[in-house]
Amino acid sequence: MPQTAAPPRLTEVTADDIEALAAGTAVFGTGGGGSVYTSRIVVEQALRERGPVQLVTVDELTDDDTVILMSGIGAPTVGIEMLTAAEQVETLLRVSERAAGRPITTLMAAEIGGSNGVGPIGWASQLGLKVLDADGMGRAYPDAAMISMNVAGLPCDFAVLSDVIGNVSVLETVDLHWLERLARVLTIASGSICLGTHYPMTRETARGAVIEGTVSAAIRVGRALLAAAEPVSAIAEAMGGEILLTGKITDLDRRTETGFTRGSVTITGLGDDRGRVQSIELQNENLVVVEDGRVVVSVPDNVTLVDAETGHAITTEMLRFGQRVAVLAWPADPLWRSPRGLELAGPRAFGLDIDYTPFELGAR
Amino acid sequence: MSTARDLSIGVDVGGTNTDAAVIDQAGTVLARTKQATTDDVTGGIRAGISHVLAELGEDRSRVARVMLGTTHATNAIVQRRGLDRVAAIRLGAPATTAYPPLLGWPSDLAHLVLAGSAMIRGGNMVDGTPIAPLDRDGIRRFLDEVGQVDAVAVAGVFSPSTPEQEQEVGELIRAHLGADARVFLSHDIGPTGLLERENATVLNAALYSVARAVTEALVTVVAEEGLDAQTFFAQNDGTLMSLEYAEQFPVLTIGSGPANSIRGAAFLSGVENGIVIDVGGTTSDLGVVVDGFPRESTTPRDIGGVRTNFRMPDILSLGIGGGTIVDPTTGAVGPGSVGHRITSEGLLFGGATPTLTDAASLAGAAVAGRRLPEQPAAIADALRAGLAVAHDRLEAAVEALSFGRGDLPLIVVGGGGFLVPDALAGVADVIRPHDGAVANAVGAAIALAGGRAEHLSVQEDRASAIETASAAAIAKAVQAGADPRTVEIVEVLEAHVAYADRPTVRVSVKAAGPLATLGERVAR
Repeated sequence: MPQTAAPPRLTEVTADDIEALAAGTAVFGTGGGGSVYTSRIVVEQALRERGPVQLVTVDELTDDDTVILMSGIGAPTVGIEMLTAAEQVETLLRVSERAAGRPITTLMAAEIGGSNGVGPIGWASQLGLKVLDADGMGRAYPDAAMISMNVAGLPCDFAVLSDVIGNVSVLETVDLHWLERLARVLTIASGSICLGTHYPMTRETARGAVIEGTVSAAIRVGRALLAAAEPVSAIAEAMGGEILLTGKITDLDRRTETGFTRGSVTITGLGDDRGRVQSIELQNENLVVVEDGRVVVSVPDNVTLVDAETGHAITTEMLRFGQRVAVLAWPADPLWRSPRGLELAGPRAFGLDIDYTPFELGAR
Repeated sequence: MSTARDLSIGVDVGGTNTDAAVIDQAGTVLARTKQATTDDVTGGIRAGISHVLAELGEDRSRVARVMLGTTHATNAIVQRRGLDRVAAIRLGAPATTAYPPLLGWPSDLAHLVLAGSAMIRGGNMVDGTPIAPLDRDGIRRFLDEVGQVDAVAVAGVFSPSTPEQEQEVGELIRAHLGADARVFLSHDIGPTGLLERENATVLNAALYSVARAVTEALVTVVAEEGLDAQTFFAQNDGTLMSLEYAEQFPVLTIGSGPANSIRGAAFLSGVENGIVIDVGGTTSDLGVVVDGFPRESTTPRDIGGVRTNFRMPDILSLGIGGGTIVDPTTGAVGPGSVGHRITSEGLLFGGATPTLTDAASLAGAAVAGRRLPEQPAAIADALRAGLAVAHDRLEAAVEALSFGRGDLPLIVVGGGGFLVPDALAGVADVIRPHDGAVANAVGAAIALAGGRAEHLSVQEDRASAIETASAAAIAKAVQAGADPRTVEIVEVLEAHVAYADRPTVRVSVKAAGPLATLGERVAR
């Protein structure tokens, strides 16, 4: 997280935190991560019935703890229709523990952005597990290889996929690129949506390999958004980011290629920003912001479009011609700005022939 | 004098006023009125219709149709009044079982409406593959266990693109409970998005009696007046449905007021593409008219605390109306409004509360043929400041809806239209159509019959998907009363589905057409 001052840490997540968590993870989604609404209501319900979920730091993990990532994978448009089966998470946990050879005690979000940032809280509640106040991206990314543990060089021992029908697959792949490739094929065969676990970790292996504090940060940003009279500037402040432009969507070009939503969106400035135009390149998430032919921000730095009035984040599939939006950007976690981080999630990892410049260093 | 049966009466039952207007085939407004809405609905409808009929005199025999738009269903949900008890059946287990039906509803409303729910094995995947074989016995067992219910709502996974299973289950329920059992199927109500579609379907089922009360009110008034007229309900996309259809799909009347207003404004001004602003006493509702129809909202809507996804016009409501109170010391605008008490409390009418109507009058607008009494300088300054704030907000709202295009006209309707200045940044022209005060009733009177359908297919079969959805949409429009010979496709929306093995597209098609003329409707 970009914040330098250490904010107060949360030790548990309650039902009353979920609205803020959902609003915050939507902002962290950088255009991807799927709709948070469906996750939100089911997680709220789970916490109301079963009580709060314990939120722990890496330092608070014990020698007996094993952390595993749990996430949804697939098409958001399918995810809002063919919802999760009640037994899916128990099945995942049982098969994951068999593969790990020991009990799993703690869940972690693969990505804090979007529905995958909200889901683990509900799954942990259902399974009686703790949640690690961390995630593997600090945002949302479209590819399994784009994860902090991979940047840190930590191998993934196994992954488990379970579908709504009850089918379970254990994958031991040579690397994350193969995991991405095989998981994608299995997901499509399963009707385009699955739940999965991967990356079992201990306290020792997790240290330095995860992006810490992101669950707390998402709740903090969400609370700022919900409480503020001027939500957009409140989010920018809470994220340690910047409002690049306020305007309306005047062009939108989206297409589906090899399972991704790709395209671009053009935002024409309003008010003080009248006369300025920015375009954003998309691949599920927002990748690059260009103004007057110059790159203003690029991956791995973060860009989210939020409703100019309410501050609520808008995912790439919900963008519409004529929407009034603000373009928000904030710096990537230092891990992503390392050579290995840029190799995995810099502009060239997305096939873009541009050099990365940290946006706060005056790329504009 | 013509003896042709060529007149339509449009009625719009709002929360405060019931408006009525009569138009002929050439589109001329022959009579119009505003009456107070009554608690029993019938009274307001009766007052509106009898008033315009009196104005028509012996031309009343030319009335062939009465079209009604109403906010009654919305009010019933918001006020938790007169709702039926519903059994909800979900087809999709083992999928979806982590999210039981009515999850996220306000508990008082859920308690009132839900008689029981079941998650049954069945449903389809995105490509039509069955999730599980349909558990027909499970449905029968549930119906036996749940006991007495007013209606059954059925929602199957991916039924908008694969509706056959819901249809079969509908038949199964009628076979089990009796042929007159009220069964509502989700693919008739909304698009993909299971929880939102299921919510809308359950609400729809719960509104049956409410809708029936309004249809009966309309039929009663029409019979009392001795009119030999066909009756229709306005739905929220600016098209009409038959009374039987409205009883089956009451949820579709929600949002019909703004839709009528937009359609009426477009019709009265002759503008097919533009921004419409309907300025009332408390709020201004802005919408966009695209090729004569209201632009639809793309985000889920909350009705009485329930999230739904059926189509609704894209409306932006501002707290700016004729009755909006202006602070006499600061010139601050709203949020309070004197509403219908403007005629006793506004300065213009001898009252003591400064309102935006007074501000507009001070600036020279002709309001009710009155002149604002001389005001102290401080109050006059406050009124001028208040009007400037109101103009700023109106301008920002118009800009927000205008696609960034400055060449669209702004059509001003509603009783408070004098609040909108003649020149507004971001629009080409400000148009104030004659009879704009009853644009909503006119919109109801000129509405077409319409239908919408959705289909999902691989990209290569896109053309055939559009064809399939078009055929279904046309069939729905004809069922709603459209003339099969003139019904046409008015909108095709496409959305792409990620994570499919082949590029997949979801198409949504709307068909609409003029109503079949009396005696010419094709038997269904």
